[in-house]
Amino acid sequence: MKTPIYLDNHATTPVDPRVLEAMLPYFTTRFGNAASRNHSFGWEAEQAVKEARRKVAALIGASDREIIFTSGATESDNLAIKGAAETYGQQGDHIVTCATEHKAVLDTCKRLEKRGFRVTYLPVGRDGRIDLAELAAAITDRTILVSIMAANNEIGVLQPVREIGALCRERGVLFHTDAVQAAGKVPLDVEADSIDLASLSAHKMYGPKGVGALYVRSRNPRVQLAAQMDGGGHERAMRSGTLNVPGIVGFGEACEICRREMPEEAPRLAALRDRLKAKLEARLDEVYVNGSMEHRLPNNLNMSFAYVEGESLLMGISEVAVSSGSACTSATLQPSHVLKALGVGDELAHTSIRFGLGRFNTEEEIDYTAGRVIETVKRLRELSPLYEMAKEGVDLKKVDWGG
Amino acid sequence: MSYSKTLLDHFNNPRNVGSLDRNDPAVGTGMVGAPACGDVMKLQVKVDPESGVIEEACFKTFGCSSAIASSSLATEWLKGRTVDEALQIRNTEIATELSLPPVKVHCSVLAEDAIRAAIADYKKKRARHEAE
Repeated sequence: MKTPIYLDNHATTPVDPRVLEAMLPYFTTRFGNAASRNHSFGWEAEQAVKEARRKVAALIGASDREIIFTSGATESDNLAIKGAAETYGQQGDHIVTCATEHKAVLDTCKRLEKRGFRVTYLPVGRDGRIDLAELAAAITDRTILVSIMAANNEIGVLQPVREIGALCRERGVLFHTDAVQAAGKVPLDVEADSIDLASLSAHKMYGPKGVGALYVRSRNPRVQLAAQMDGGGHERAMRSGTLNVPGIVGFGEACEICRREMPEEAPRLAALRDRLKAKLEARLDEVYVNGSMEHRLPNNLNMSFAYVEGESLLMGISEVAVSSGSACTSATLQPSHVLKALGVGDELAHTSIRFGLGRFNTEEEIDYTAGRVIETVKRLRELSPLYEMAKEGVDLKKVDWGG
Repeated sequence: MSYSKTLLDHFNNPRNVGSLDRNDPAVGTGMVGAPACGDVMKLQVKVDPESGVIEEACFKTFGCSSAIASSSLATEWLKGRTVDEALQIRNTEIATELSLPPVKVHCSVLAEDAIRAAIADYKKKRARHEAE
């Protein structure tokens, strides 16, 4: 076993060697521009993009022409939300989203608020899921779009996508889902789930960075988006710019592998994740899982280790790469907005660790990680005045911390 | 974020971890920060009442590695100083010694606050003790 061990697969995944293999010729001998219509270099690139488009579409039950390639999911989220707001702004000025969305959705909605749109940020329960009745109540005749993620990037909680889709369809409102973490990990079907727009990213599913896609429904209803990037009219004029052919080829291959291997990979990762959780819970008191275990990505575990600040825990297990919801690891010095939305107190949010398992993790790595975490939590609790107070029976919530 | 060797050494091998009897009149206890902010430092000193020299200093800290290292370093610097000398310790000296990155300078501020709180507690107890 080699260290460091990578358990931060919600941040990014390594490129699968099979994906890299598929990409390589498109950097060198097959370097053509997919928009070059009059020579074989262009045709070859165009053919490769066509093939990749088919594979991406197949992963989510879409048809080829509904896939718009982008630079990544942030761009896809922006295009979906701003593009729909611009196109359908005459019909309504209201968007519904949720408090635990990724910043690419939240900040896009905030910008639209500055342009005069109204946005409802649905709360989530302790399990991290929205309440469908609250969603139904939030939709008005001014609502044009609902944007709810399929799976959360911090806590891995799955939203009831199918029910949300059905509700939006019934109410005649477009449904966008940020499916970055869910795609390739759990089944998604744009028909069965009544999804109108879906953001995808290659580098979260063992493909390369810098390439993503937006699924745009082409019929029942046909969704139209105002382009956010003007130029040569690529991608059905919704996203101009020369196509990143090697990236797109890699994305296609990554989707194909996920689609084929998901039935074995998902239960394998869920078993490893459950093994990690069981080991930690057996050896440590006062550890808490954040979010629903039932409705969760197979590869996610997010836990709070009371009385141990997250950054110090990350440092203590430096040979294992994970991330924390602690403010001390974020640029803003604010604890995770996702944990806050769940109602996890700041004091526990500061102690949270996100484990993101991936295709290349082994049981040996998981056992090693569990051992390191247990050892480090115990060591840091010996250092923690809060643990000492709690063991003495002091109720930390009743202590006056003086501002 | 990359940290200095000195900081990592204090984080991995913290000095003077522990607790003193907070009811001992020779002991001053300072507790600063709040769990909701992600930092709580408890710093204690035991002072020789005759000389005013700090004989023992110890800490427990809930916080990031910079907070743990700042308090560990503070306890080392406190030992052997008089209480008045202890009050001369500045957060900037701690930050410099540990090469704290700018976003972590507040950890050294907290350590200075903890020193002041511990000394203030000792002085308060001492005054009460003498009045009795």
